[in-house]
Amino acid sequence: MTIVFYVSSAVAIAATVLMLTRVRAVHALLYLIVSLLAVAVIFYVLGAPFVAALELIIYAGAIMVLFVFVVMLLNLGEETVRAERALLAPSMWIGPSVLAAILLAEFIWMLARGGVPPAQAVSIGPVEVGISLFGPYLIGVELTSMLLLGGLVGAYHLGSRKAPHTEVTHATHP
Amino acid sequence: MTSPYPILSILGILIVTLTLAAGLIWLERRLLALWQDRYGPNRVGPFGLLQVLADMIKIFFKEDWIPPFADKAVFVAAPAIIVVTVLMSFAVVPVAPGIIVSDLDVGLLFVLAMSSLGVYSVVLAGWSSDNKYALLGGVRAAAQMLSYEVFMGLSLMGVVLLAGSFNLTAIVEAQRNLWFVAPQFLGFVLFLIAGAAETRRLPFDLPEAESELIAGFHSEYSGMKFGMFFVGEYLGVILISCLITILFFGGWLGPVLPPIVWFLIKVMFFIAFFILMRAALPRPRFDQLMSWGWKLMLPLALANLLITGAVVLAWRS
Repeated sequence: MTIVFYVSSAVAIAATVLMLTRVRAVHALLYLIVSLLAVAVIFYVLGAPFVAALELIIYAGAIMVLFVFVVMLLNLGEETVRAERALLAPSMWIGPSVLAAILLAEFIWMLARGGVPPAQAVSIGPVEVGISLFGPYLIGVELTSMLLLGGLVGAYHLGSRKAPHTEVTHATHP
Repeated sequence: MTSPYPILSILGILIVTLTLAAGLIWLERRLLALWQDRYGPNRVGPFGLLQVLADMIKIFFKEDWIPPFADKAVFVAAPAIIVVTVLMSFAVVPVAPGIIVSDLDVGLLFVLAMSSLGVYSVVLAGWSSDNKYALLGGVRAAAQMLSYEVFMGLSLMGVVLLAGSFNLTAIVEAQRNLWFVAPQFLGFVLFLIAGAAETRRLPFDLPEAESELIAGFHSEYSGMKFGMFFVGEYLGVILISCLITILFFGGWLGPVLPPIVWFLIKVMFFIAFFILMRAALPRPRFDQLMSWGWKLMLPLALANLLITGAVVLAWRS
């Protein structure tokens, strides 16, 4: 199982790097989906099949489909491909890469000083996840749902199209 | 966790599902003909059974054409995705006691996950073809399958509540006294509709509506790549029929006959029902489809879940 863990981790990292360097949005999204699938395999190997299934259903199966949907609707042409190519110039990515490399070095140093082994034996199933969500973390869950409701109402408000005629008639007949 | 003969189960399920999927082409045409008062294919072999073979030879020898303006890698990958995801789902389908590839604890969620990944096949096919009809088909498919997936999952949660498990074998075992179709009739109807929408069968075949979009998302496909979409669709029908059987009609449970025979009888019944739906129902308008899904089916699924939860809670306490 350790080999599965390392192979899927390598796939996840490689897919993420490829995702960042693609110039076409749909190709980048496809690599991101592969990366999410690899993370789901990692969750499964670590003994969290429920989280793995949710990762697939919610992230890979729903949110990414919405991303692809929006990209398809926009149907970006060659112009955006050129703009994306310009973004890959070294002056754009060297700064963030150096900062990220510092964080990575810190992380490797901490791991080298006796980190946590990747494979844990405990399996956390749906029952445990459900009990902890609706037990100690109940307030967090409720706050999140209220936040989502707020987002939903806001999106509906932004998306609802007012008929343009009504405002004009109001202005001309005060 | 796994079956006693894993390799045998894998081979058996693969061979049976793929043969059945090919055979369905003949069955569907004959049944449609029967219900529409005509003959259907009856020339090649006994009852026209060898029509399947003739069709397959034809489709293998057709020119496999990739349009020069298409996004090649995605164009080639798209038809494979649908077949792979549906076949993966069959891994957790318990055909009879011991005949299962992997008895996952989160089997039902795995099936839902695979079905939600199957959307990419249609969407990417539509996008990579770089053709306005294909793109429209892909956009429709994304919107339709995303909307109907929401209450597809919700409609099954009543069954999960009653069985107390996501494991498909445990769900079948929980129906020894009473099939879940009785306490979960609303859930069954919702799942049937969502299942038809997920497989993009008539009356939910708007992504490939021939009268308006040529062939929708697979307009540019030919040869065996088109064949993969076809096989994927029939595999999807078989999968949804298997799931209905397992979740609502007691899977392999039944008197006298051996379990596997009961399972096949029930599955064939629902496959025939899907074909009957195609023969009988017209196609709705796309806005009707969307408003139906979000304004009627989703509230019904939520109400079903709420009431089931309340009843189960009252029963246990």
